[in-house]
Amino acid sequence: MSTSIKASKGTPATRSQRRRPHLSDRAKSERRLGWYLAGPAFIVMLAVTLYPILQAFWDSLFSLRLTAPDDKAFIWFANYVTVLSDPVWWRDLGVTVIITIVTVVIELILGFALALVMDKAIKSLRGLLRTAILVPYGIITVVSAYAWFYAFDINSGYVNHWFSWIPGINPDLNWFAEFWPSLFVIMASEIWKTTPFISLLLLAGLAQVPGELTEAAQVDGATWWERFRKVIVPNMKAAIMVAVLFRTLDAFRIFDNVFIMTNGAHGTEVLSLLAYRTSISRLEIGLGSAISVLLFVCVLIICFVAIKLFKVDLAGTQGGKS
Amino acid sequence: MPQMSAITIRGSGKRKRLRHWAAIVALGMGLTILPGCAASDSVPTLTWYINPDDGGQADLAQVCTTAAKGAYRIETSLLPKDAAAQREQLARRLAAGDSSLDIMSIDPPFIPELAEPGFLAPVPADVAERTSKNILDGALAGATWKDQLVTVPFWANTQILWYRKSVAKAAGLDMTKPVTWDQLMDATQKQGKYLGVQGAQAESMTVWINALIESAGGHILLNPGARADDIKLGLTTPEGEKAAAIIGNIGKKNLGGPGLPTSTENDSMILFQGDKGSFMVNYPFVWPATNAAVKAGSVDQDVLDDIGWTLYPRVDTETDTAPPLGGINLGVGSKSQHKDLAYKAIECITSPENQATYFVTNGNPPSNSTAYDDPRVEKQFPMAATIRESLKLAAPRPQTPFYNEISTGLQQRWTPPSAVDPATTPQNSQEFILAVLRGDRLL
Repeated sequence: MSTSIKASKGTPATRSQRRRPHLSDRAKSERRLGWYLAGPAFIVMLAVTLYPILQAFWDSLFSLRLTAPDDKAFIWFANYVTVLSDPVWWRDLGVTVIITIVTVVIELILGFALALVMDKAIKSLRGLLRTAILVPYGIITVVSAYAWFYAFDINSGYVNHWFSWIPGINPDLNWFAEFWPSLFVIMASEIWKTTPFISLLLLAGLAQVPGELTEAAQVDGATWWERFRKVIVPNMKAAIMVAVLFRTLDAFRIFDNVFIMTNGAHGTEVLSLLAYRTSISRLEIGLGSAISVLLFVCVLIICFVAIKLFKVDLAGTQGGKS
Repeated sequence: MPQMSAITIRGSGKRKRLRHWAAIVALGMGLTILPGCAASDSVPTLTWYINPDDGGQADLAQVCTTAAKGAYRIETSLLPKDAAAQREQLARRLAAGDSSLDIMSIDPPFIPELAEPGFLAPVPADVAERTSKNILDGALAGATWKDQLVTVPFWANTQILWYRKSVAKAAGLDMTKPVTWDQLMDATQKQGKYLGVQGAQAESMTVWINALIESAGGHILLNPGARADDIKLGLTTPEGEKAAAIIGNIGKKNLGGPGLPTSTENDSMILFQGDKGSFMVNYPFVWPATNAAVKAGSVDQDVLDDIGWTLYPRVDTETDTAPPLGGINLGVGSKSQHKDLAYKAIECITSPENQATYFVTNGNPPSNSTAYDDPRVEKQFPMAATIRESLKLAAPRPQTPFYNEISTGLQQRWTPPSAVDPATTPQNSQEFILAVLRGDRLL
């Protein structure tokens, strides 16, 4: 008995002894300082992220309605079966995926163009240009959503009058009465709002491309397109992938624009709105938590695909690793 | 020496900054403590959670605080703008046992949901007797759950039929007699005008569907007290089909204009005030809003002079109309520390005189019949008699703790109006809502 206790006590000591020789005093004190500095934030992070996630998962195993606390019942994974077997979940997932893909692709193209403009702009204009491009990103999403809503609204909007020369647009066009026109405005607003973010990340990537490489390619007779495709893009691949990953995660959790403009009417509901309506409006805490957990799993899958399959190097762009 | 002085100056600057910060912190703490000081006197403070209005409820809180002569003080706390968000906040607070909910302004459809789990303090018998006296039938029905008065009616809203006299005259309609939806649709179509109805996927759609089905003599909910699994709906009845036929017709024939699928009460009013305005079902807020628009110059005086009003349209010539019922009732939280005082305060707030004042200043109609006799009311709202009559006939929306599911299900399946088909919509929506209530479907 005593032997086994000794052995169990001794094992970790041996392990730590084995590790210790690798660390200098300076490294050890730096590590300690790191924990002192980051520890409180780490604990707060656990309290505000891990705890709610675990609580949401636990709640998702119950049939629980806030206004009927006495009817609470443990039902294992029945909420997940209900959600995953319902066409509303799959429809909302489809809408979310459409919004994510379309907005990220367009933002990437526009963001690249803006980044190139900002990169090449003459020095005196650079500050002004960057500020102007960043303005939409600085606006609160709810405010921009209302601005776009009122611009396209059939009663108060000016878009129908300004663009009535385009076939299909006339003063009687009700943008928010059908699925595709509604989705068009939602996505346009999202693109307008967040393209500056992607362009800033790409601008940082452009700054990392060594000037001598593009110059050498130019000397070798490469056209602008060839330099862009074969020199610039490969050298800023990490920045592009990080920008795409961040925006994909952001776009997948879209809420404000849809909530303000249509509130999910005419099939424009997205997953975040479904989770909100189930938990907050219907007060169905169990079912709503199951949707939230599934939404979280979707986000994890996106991260996994990006990091493992597309080899996005998050540390590399921060200068930590090459 | 110069270095020394520089250090001294820097030091004094630091000290100044410190003092500055200390003053800000002290001021902050003082501000935090001050209300505490105020609350520590012997006068109990009642918190009244109010829906946003034009300041009328805050004024009434002041009036009743003065009238209480130190027995209690009423402070108001603002709820969100729309009724659904108000319900969400109240339900969350009540479920969490919040003891600050002394008095609550509650929209009638949400009362059963809050009363069923015991979130509302019972109304004392003597208070119930006094506060239900002379209350208009519709308003009293909305304050009741399982034959018990669970809230006190404060103000009651209802929709009436607003019409442009010129359009009605041209259509040959005698507006002194009851009119039907068919007559309105016919008149609107023949004159190339638009009908003012609310076709948006919102609570206003449930209000419309309920009024149509009730006016036809049916009910959306057949067994109000039932559990979720046992609920029976009356959508697949001839009354439900008539309602679907009216909504579908208006949608398909474009009688509500291109804005119909997103039209709210405010949008309908703007449409009604325009060149194509003809008939509109809407709340009394239309009158003060149109008067204000005339004063502001955005609407012509001719338009105001051309406006008439009568009772909500009928579905059948022979059946009385059952107009929509809205408004606000006052409830007391079951965890309130001052239930008796809260009910005393409610009696003060809902006195006929205060209801009349609230109507005149904020445009929200009284639930008490005698308040309409106040001479200020007739002067400010020439249609007061129609509103009173409408509130007698008004029918509440489905009274059930699962109102939110029924209402949202209806909104999803009965919009846009052009897609409503009497042959399929009632059946589809009934099956869908029942599946949601059983927990088999997402909403």
